[in-house]
Amino acid sequence: MCSHAIEKTSVTGSGKGTKGWFSLSTACVCFDHPYFTPLERTLNIDFIDEASGPEARVAVELSPDSARALMRSIQLALEAG
Amino acid sequence: MHQAMMAETVTIAGHGGDRIAAYFARPLGPGPYPAVVVVHHMPGWDEATKGITLRFASRGYAAICPHLHYREGGGSSPDDAAAAVRARGGVPDERFLGDAAGAIDYLRSLPYCSGKVGAIGYCSGGRQVFLAACSLPVDAAVDCYGGFVAESPPEGMPLRMAPVIDRAADLRCPLLGLFGAEDSHPAPAETRRTAEILEQHRKAFEFHTFPGAGHGFFATDRPSYRVEAANQGWQRVFDWFGRHLASA
Repeated sequence: MCSHAIEKTSVTGSGKGTKGWFSLSTACVCFDHPYFTPLERTLNIDFIDEASGPEARVAVELSPDSARALMRSIQLALEAG
Repeated sequence: MHQAMMAETVTIAGHGGDRIAAYFARPLGPGPYPAVVVVHHMPGWDEATKGITLRFASRGYAAICPHLHYREGGGSSPDDAAAAVRARGGVPDERFLGDAAGAIDYLRSLPYCSGKVGAIGYCSGGRQVFLAACSLPVDAAVDCYGGFVAESPPEGMPLRMAPVIDRAADLRCPLLGLFGAEDSHPAPAETRRTAEILEQHRKAFEFHTFPGAGHGFFATDRPSYRVEAANQGWQRVFDWFGRHLASA
């Protein structure tokens, strides 16, 4: 089954969705079945603003290796700044 | 197979009298037809699940798939609506039961419905069908790899769902369970436990676990699709509903 194992964290920032930029409230992270990516499981992140409805959402589905590489890149970028 | 069918989106009265959308398909003819409620998976009220609803119509059933995420995203794409529901911890059981009851009422109100109504669900819908079979007037049920029937979700997860096996004594119709041997939610150990409890309560059920298949083996649009398990599973489904939804 979809594990439904979700990590939610409050975030401050903005995302660009189908209707342009919006303020983010939350990032929902799970390692579960993807909606679109042709893999069994992916690391899925929904950047959302819960107060603005379901379309206030920026979604990504990453392979496990891609997700780990992204984590390293984020860490390096923050340290370099 | 019925070559002539019709399909459309209808509005039904769901939980609390809320008006929600439902995808509905039926053979074109006078009937009487048995009916099936199709309970969609966690990814939402999507094209794949509507395709399953059409398949039932092609096999002689009036079939309806209520949009369980309608309140969070009735006008949004299925994946956006599903994400909103996921962020809130899933669909509350009470609300699901109200929506499913509305779908059953809708089917039984149709002049060409035989009055026999089954329910089938996939993924989270499998668990929901177990719940419906213990609570609502259905004549046969099919749980396709529904997890958290007998086990709790992982600790600390923002899920509203809890195990429903404590309702097993109330199971009111024959239950068919179709599972993958490689699935982890539900793992074979969980489905064995569910079977043991159903046996203790002397309930009518059949569970089949397909080797080489994991979660979502019916999903033709996903890499989890396993053609052999899916083909055998569909045969089991139509045999089950054929036996238990036949008119007297």
